[in-house]
Amino acid sequence: MERRIGSLFIISALLLLILGALAGVLISVNYVLPDFFKDVIPFNQLRPMHTTSVISWIILAATGGVYYYISEELGLRSVRVAMTHYVVFAFTFACIVLSFFLGKMGGREYLEFPPILIIPILVGWGLFGFNYFKSIVGKIRNWPVYYWMWGTGIVFMIFHLSEANFWWFSHFRSDFIRDMTVQWKSYGSFVGSWNMLVYGTAIFIMAKIKKDKNPGRGRLLFFFYFLGLTNLMFGWAHHTYALPTMPWVRYVAYGISMTEWIIFIRMIYLWSRSTDKKSKDRFRLAYLFLMASDVWVFMNLFMALLISIPYLNSFTHGTHITVAHSMGTTIGINTMILFASISYITENRKLKISLKGAKNLFYLLNVALLGFWGILIALGIKKAIWMQQTDGRMISQLHYESRYLYMTFVAFGVILGISLALMSIQFLKVLWKDLIYLMFPKSIQAEWDRIYEEN
Amino acid sequence: MVSLVTIVTIYNIVIYTQSSMSTDSVMSATAIEGERLWQKNNCVSCHQFYGLGGYLGPDLTNVTSDSMKNEAYLHMMFSGGMGAMPEFDFTDEEKKQLYEFLSHVDRTGYYPIRDVHFSKWGWGNLNYK
Repeated sequence: MERRIGSLFIISALLLLILGALAGVLISVNYVLPDFFKDVIPFNQLRPMHTTSVISWIILAATGGVYYYISEELGLRSVRVAMTHYVVFAFTFACIVLSFFLGKMGGREYLEFPPILIIPILVGWGLFGFNYFKSIVGKIRNWPVYYWMWGTGIVFMIFHLSEANFWWFSHFRSDFIRDMTVQWKSYGSFVGSWNMLVYGTAIFIMAKIKKDKNPGRGRLLFFFYFLGLTNLMFGWAHHTYALPTMPWVRYVAYGISMTEWIIFIRMIYLWSRSTDKKSKDRFRLAYLFLMASDVWVFMNLFMALLISIPYLNSFTHGTHITVAHSMGTTIGINTMILFASISYITENRKLKISLKGAKNLFYLLNVALLGFWGILIALGIKKAIWMQQTDGRMISQLHYESRYLYMTFVAFGVILGISLALMSIQFLKVLWKDLIYLMFPKSIQAEWDRIYEEN
Repeated sequence: MVSLVTIVTIYNIVIYTQSSMSTDSVMSATAIEGERLWQKNNCVSCHQFYGLGGYLGPDLTNVTSDSMKNEAYLHMMFSGGMGAMPEFDFTDEEKKQLYEFLSHVDRTGYYPIRDVHFSKWGWGNLNYK
């Protein structure tokens, strides 16, 4: 029963990824056909549907993984609390979608839902934190690094989601620059918090695939953890580089933020060299996704290093190059790791997934993402040049001049969306049985558990 | 770990209390109402301030000081309806509030970043209003 809670979160996350991909395809079409879909649902209501769904995908898939792995390793403290957590999140998400359709929005970037809905979200995180820490405290000594990372991700998520709502107080709201600074500080750290959950998952499955006798306890891993934590706390300021804040804030940020990528790529590199072929063969799909995330880390590291130089940042900030970076990290790194996590679960449980079909989708997904990423960089360069010109040309002219790039952007976006959706369906096909299981009475569940254990 | 938590606590307090580099940092009640309208209609999904926000529409940081766009022009634009922009039914009072909000944002600084002196190490200092 316990591990099925994790599956329930993962199944929901995959459904949200399909929804997010569909909304993403629809909003991308607006760049070519501005009137498209406008009468049904306008861009200012459709875009938050996309951003909220894909952020929820990352968070729920990571949360599901944590529940699943904790259930397998130590046993979950309370299935009821976990179910309550799920119900709270499902109810809140339904309210968010309804509010977007009704045009009732909070209007804060990324958290565009009515602000009151942050309360059940924080309650959900509180329940998750309670269950997580109650499940591991006292049960294991010398915590592996991924336990620290998951715990840190939960605690900081609660703090930074609260911080993102400081604008409720007039001290922040009445000062526009202070409000913007704290808002984007919280977002930077919010991403850092989910990265703790996702990277912790990556380290966990690497250790399991490798059959590490002392998993997640190396010095390098803890060095990386502290660098990630420092980055989470101080590295947010590259978002606010253009804001008229105190200059020292951004100098501190850049000095810190770029280091964690180097450590992370080194870890994956070392891991891939030391994993034996037998383990790779058993977890072939999980291994493929982890290797893809390795490549995307490398490419995004290169981009992040370039756009972190203030001179270059003054050109790239506010352009699609920033979007390319965020797509590279959320799809290329986070999604690849989360797909690796789901692949690990299905391969570990010997659930039958078509390896050939999954591998084809894997290559399609990565080629589409590469094309999408490249087009965003090209669009970003074009906008950067436009921004530096002061001849009064309107943005509509820029969009018109970029129309062929936008058409290519939509084409790659459609392929990317379809490949993400089809990949999700591949996983859903084998995980849906867990959902059916949860719908049956406990006596039948117990019987199924007995059969599962015997086999 | 304790040292890190102490440092970050002090750091956060400094961030939460520091003043911006602009001389006009506190919003009027009218501008706050304008910001409320901005949020209620989720304008950030298309527009940006200081390069932060959606990319479908233009960045509006310095729109009120744009010599080609006076207040009457912006009042007309607030009604929307062109291209991907939805139609809005703002009253004259609400349009004034939105304009006051945009004017306040304009007075806080410059965007896009142009004419900045960069050192050979790539560091640059912003121009402040």
